[in-house]
Amino acid sequence: MTTTAEHTPKTTAEVGGLGHSRRRVEDARFIEGRGNYVDDIVLPGMLHMAIHRSPLAHARILSIDTSEASAVEGVIAVVTGELLAGYNLAWMPTLSGDTQAVLATDKVRFQGQEIAAVIAVDRYIAQDAADKIVVEYEELEPIVTPQRSLEADAPLIRDDKEGQDTNQCYIWESGDKEATDAVFAKADKVVDLDTFYPRSHPSPLETCGIVADVNSATGQATLYMTSQAPHAHRTVFALVAGLPEQNIRIVSPDIGGGFGNKVPVYPGYVVATAASLVIGQPIKWVETRYENLISTGFGRDYHMHGEMALSNDGKILGLRVDMLSDQGAFFSDAQPTKFKAGLFHIVTGSYDYPVAHVTTRGAYTNKAPGGVAYRCSFRVTEASYMIERLVQNAAYEIGMDPAEFRRKNFIKKDQFPYLSPTGFVYDSGDYEAALDLAMEMVGWDEIQKEKEQARAEGRLVGIGLASFTEVVGAGHGDDYDILGLRMFDSAELRIHPTGKAILKLGVRTQGQGHETTFAQIVAEELGIPASDIKVVEGDTDNTPYGLGTYASRSTPVAGAATAVVSRNLREKARKIAAHLLEASEDDLEWEVGKFFVKGDRDSSVTIQDVAFAAYTNMPEGVEPGLEGVHYYDPPNMTYPFGSYVVVVEVDPDTGQWKVRKMVAVDDCGVRINPMIVEGQIHGGLTEGFAMSSMQYITFDEQGNCIGANFLDYLIPTAWETPRFELGETVTPSPHHPIGAKGVGESATVGSPAAFVNAVVDALWHLGVRNIDMPVSADRVWAAMEEAKA
Amino acid sequence: MNVSVTINGAVRSADVEPRMLLTDFIRGTLGLTGTHVGCDTSSCGVCTVLLDGVPAKSCTIFAVQVDGRSITTVEGLKQNGQLSPIQQAFHEEHGLQCGFCTPAMMLVGTALLEENPNPTDDEVRWAISGNLCRCTGYMNIVKSIQAAAAMKSEEVSA
Repeated sequence: MTTTAEHTPKTTAEVGGLGHSRRRVEDARFIEGRGNYVDDIVLPGMLHMAIHRSPLAHARILSIDTSEASAVEGVIAVVTGELLAGYNLAWMPTLSGDTQAVLATDKVRFQGQEIAAVIAVDRYIAQDAADKIVVEYEELEPIVTPQRSLEADAPLIRDDKEGQDTNQCYIWESGDKEATDAVFAKADKVVDLDTFYPRSHPSPLETCGIVADVNSATGQATLYMTSQAPHAHRTVFALVAGLPEQNIRIVSPDIGGGFGNKVPVYPGYVVATAASLVIGQPIKWVETRYENLISTGFGRDYHMHGEMALSNDGKILGLRVDMLSDQGAFFSDAQPTKFKAGLFHIVTGSYDYPVAHVTTRGAYTNKAPGGVAYRCSFRVTEASYMIERLVQNAAYEIGMDPAEFRRKNFIKKDQFPYLSPTGFVYDSGDYEAALDLAMEMVGWDEIQKEKEQARAEGRLVGIGLASFTEVVGAGHGDDYDILGLRMFDSAELRIHPTGKAILKLGVRTQGQGHETTFAQIVAEELGIPASDIKVVEGDTDNTPYGLGTYASRSTPVAGAATAVVSRNLREKARKIAAHLLEASEDDLEWEVGKFFVKGDRDSSVTIQDVAFAAYTNMPEGVEPGLEGVHYYDPPNMTYPFGSYVVVVEVDPDTGQWKVRKMVAVDDCGVRINPMIVEGQIHGGLTEGFAMSSMQYITFDEQGNCIGANFLDYLIPTAWETPRFELGETVTPSPHHPIGAKGVGESATVGSPAAFVNAVVDALWHLGVRNIDMPVSADRVWAAMEEAKA
Repeated sequence: MNVSVTINGAVRSADVEPRMLLTDFIRGTLGLTGTHVGCDTSSCGVCTVLLDGVPAKSCTIFAVQVDGRSITTVEGLKQNGQLSPIQQAFHEEHGLQCGFCTPAMMLVGTALLEENPNPTDDEVRWAISGNLCRCTGYMNIVKSIQAAAAMKSEEVSA
């Protein structure tokens, strides 16, 4: 069931502008098996690469013997860090401005770290030979927790970094400490919560990979890469490899899911490119799943302590959060330069109170690097989880219904734009409306009665609520950048003489349906049918510069650029239309798809007529053609929000729990394509369910990764995944040209707290106050046992 | 070793190493890249093909084991220039996003509908439970397979 707001599109279905559930353009190739993913690319003379990885989490490398590997028939080359050092490529910068080993030369710092690579005529031979590389180690103490990492006697992990004499990666704070402490000192009640958001992995079904093709004759490097940010990656390659940027072309072909995993630059990309440069033949490297899970960008791994100051009548007075982040061996988040913990300081959530103080610390450990925004806008997921869990516990501690408690403390509709105590300016919101709808859809009163009834029968039913606010669509560029690159995005629109168009974008879809939805924005603005507009992305030679698709920023930023470039071309079209209609520009009126003379609707020209004239019959003094490009630097971020309700039943004997009902009300502003938006929400809710119930990576005390395959790292199948009921409210963003806010990640951000709140609610009367994710049956059972004791 | 298979109705044969996986045979040797690879443990199911009409994970079978057998891959779903009901339904019901799991999901759905022309929500979910999807949350995949069932039964009654 879907409860939707009124959709009354301005355009006809044939034009297919905003609000139409237009079927997807990209489907045609995928349903016939004609997609073109990196591993599908085959070039003449192509060689294959396999990587030898460290079995140890922390050890000094004494020697690397590649002789046996080199002797395998079919092996072309074996690449070590020592060899790369000759090209100054043994280390590379991360997107957070740290450094990361490409191939280890001195030490290995996590299990699965890249040590050497074999280039061979086929993949089987490359892997055989990689297994024959022999490395001698001196084992060092593996550090597997950030708490141990920060102890004074902990061995130094990053002894490669000058001036780095502890394992602290960063410390950062936000808000007013003094004012917050003063509020806490006078509060009626303080409620606190310690919680750990475990390490998770985006694990898109397509792993990461590259086909690097450096042409030795021309010096042209064509890199087919699983890249969510091809332009930013081109710049990084130019800086790392010293290749002239105009000679690097990054093609990001069809991407089999990204979720943040395909934002960083990985050692394998760099080694394959360097090897292709030296050998002069194309080289393919595609990760196995094991390699993907053990070495590439994880998400979360945040240890959080939150305290909420309250008045006796249930008003939130202030918030204090102390957070410790486990960064792994290299700080390779893709964070804006100014914000070491991303946007974690939005942890104040959907609630209105004057003071907050947030301290964040990052620690190096002997684990894989990453900390990527896994279906998340720069750590907003961890923040949302913290506040929504804390709010539920606070409501119970103060003796209030969690929905009433939220309502009492919400930022009210008329308070927007709202300045949060940690400095965010929330653009718009109507939190009560979303909560009202969610409660109505779930049947709040009946479900409460059911819960009481169940309890009387000895059954455990729980209701969990989350009323989250997200922050997406980074920049503005003054505040948000990656390695100094301002977080703008771009759109280039070319309208051809026959009135058909091509739209080129700096972002890169990974399943979100950009080829369908971005054409709808142009259709809305210009009246050119969406089916007449081709959308092109993912090729740095053929698209304008942009920062890429992550942090739900494509619609807020590239979508805005698309609307603006369309409007700019409409203004040029007006001049041409005035010429064609022999009228003054001021006398023309626009309605979707045509200009007409005021008061004379019979005198009109269509946008297609104008397009033809732009190449055949221009007014004097106007440049020929109907093409434009716009770089959009957003004035602010957008703030999608929603209210989710989950109803669970917990088995009192085994701790197993099942979702009986889940209602998700999302407000992402204006919806371009409701069908696609709902698909995004379904997917996001499923990843939220996954994290709350089963999906996590852990390590033993030796630093062995537990969760480096799909037998240990559990992803829900259709059988476990709950059914979802979606609802919608629409609060447009006031600063976005079409009022859209972005939606790709909302459900992953908002839902984990709702699931966990539901399980904790079922057990609250037994004395259970918290269970950390994943809330597996054994943990639930243990929490019930502990509460009994 | 020589392997000869009937794939999507055509007989193809090639000389392969005994250790070559069926997935690599289909993707590399035969050039049919609609069949994908997503894990090393037979967990994700994106490599699923129909082996004599039955779903099989091609990453877990050696090419030499299928000598003489009949294989259907996603490239074989379209018949006489017409998309099959399952292909039409995945498009109509938004049953795919990144497209990586889609070929396998459609093949499993096709095999299910051969056996059970009118599956319930639970029956579809059980049938596709050997196949992972990271994008859709399965809601619209289930809907797509049921819509294909409805389309097929209309075809029969027409």
